[in-house]
Amino acid sequence: MAAVLDATPFNFVAIVLCVSIGAGLLGSLLGLGGGLILIPVLTLVLKVDIRYAVGASIVSVIATSSGAAAAYVRDGLANLRVAMFLELATVAGAVSGAMLAGMVGGRALYFLFGAVMAYSALAMLRKLREDRSPRAEPPPDALADRLGLHGSYYDVSTGGEVTYRVHRPLVGLGLMYIAGTVSGLLGIGSGALKVPAMDLAMGLPIKVSTATSNFMIGVTAAASAGIYFARGDIDPFIAGPVCVGVTLGAFMGSRFLTKLKSGSLRMLFVAVLLWVSYEMLSKGIRG
Amino acid sequence: MSPEPGEPPSPQETTAVTQEVVPLTPELLISQLLRGGVLLSMSLVTCGMVMTFFRHPDYFSSPDALQRLTAPDAAPHQLTDVFEGVMAVRGQSFVMAGLLVMITVPVLRVALSLGIFRAQKDRTFAAITTGVLALLLLAFFLGGVE
Repeated sequence: MAAVLDATPFNFVAIVLCVSIGAGLLGSLLGLGGGLILIPVLTLVLKVDIRYAVGASIVSVIATSSGAAAAYVRDGLANLRVAMFLELATVAGAVSGAMLAGMVGGRALYFLFGAVMAYSALAMLRKLREDRSPRAEPPPDALADRLGLHGSYYDVSTGGEVTYRVHRPLVGLGLMYIAGTVSGLLGIGSGALKVPAMDLAMGLPIKVSTATSNFMIGVTAAASAGIYFARGDIDPFIAGPVCVGVTLGAFMGSRFLTKLKSGSLRMLFVAVLLWVSYEMLSKGIRG
Repeated sequence: MSPEPGEPPSPQETTAVTQEVVPLTPELLISQLLRGGVLLSMSLVTCGMVMTFFRHPDYFSSPDALQRLTAPDAAPHQLTDVFEGVMAVRGQSFVMAGLLVMITVPVLRVALSLGIFRAQKDRTFAAITTGVLALLLLAFFLGGVE
């Protein structure tokens, strides 16, 4: 199936490993998951069947999420209660998504992937311009009070404890179902959908939203990974090197390099992402 | 109980001391579980890849082998197959076992959270967590019957 040039198994594994390290590195620099970068390279360049690419990606998503979450949880940045509450929806969504993936064809997957990728690129662009003005105190929310979702975290940059209140938990739940479905269908973490659901809809601070999203992604991905495994879409010769490579890349990215600050460099990446998403969309339309 | 000043404590002593001084908070427990699971999985996958190439020198030279390996149903994708392969020290099955450990880590994290919420007598969240766990198990079950 994975008709990759005329490579020997060793060459293939070596190439996939290198590509995955690159994807993990770039993903952690841009604050995107590795999957969003990895899947186009595996499918468009290495000609791997999209189902195997998705199966490999979903396992690497669990790896990077768990690795990053270990630090976020220890530092008290991830809100464990909000995460558990919203995981009800993301896991349900992931199950629907992974089941749907067995029914829809490869072309539909390419098309949807292109669309989500374009959205993520544009969301990144918006984040560039957005100024971080302090928002108004959200109105009290009975359900959020009852569930005790509010929290606080220690902000390193200001050196003080920041308390925050959560509202509209049910809106968040609905948005998370959609994010979970997309994640299950495409084998990506879909953090680009999860973060705004918490940040904009539920009123969590952006740092907490990012940390909590990372924490949740592992559970969402595990739900669909189980289904992909049973279906035989997780090939050790692809998923093995991908999993190790992306994790190494993401670790290097977080350890040795700070997040990209330069606006122009980010703009360049947005342009590349938009171009790749155009490629995926046209592959979905033309077949 | 404090360690002797000036004497470098052995690794075991350090962990013992930190565990005594810093109470194991739920956050720390979850953090350790995630980190340990990822490390175990990565070692299994890496060992498996090395073993595979060690046992099949032709994988370095023959392009045909790749077609066979990535053909559908070539890889073990049932729990029993993976287990038998690991027992037979087959590299591919070690890789699969590593990937399965990775998939299991978040599930264990939810199970651990359930224990924590129950210990805290937080009935609402124990119920929510049970729901998440049930959905996860449903996912594995659905995948199995398909």
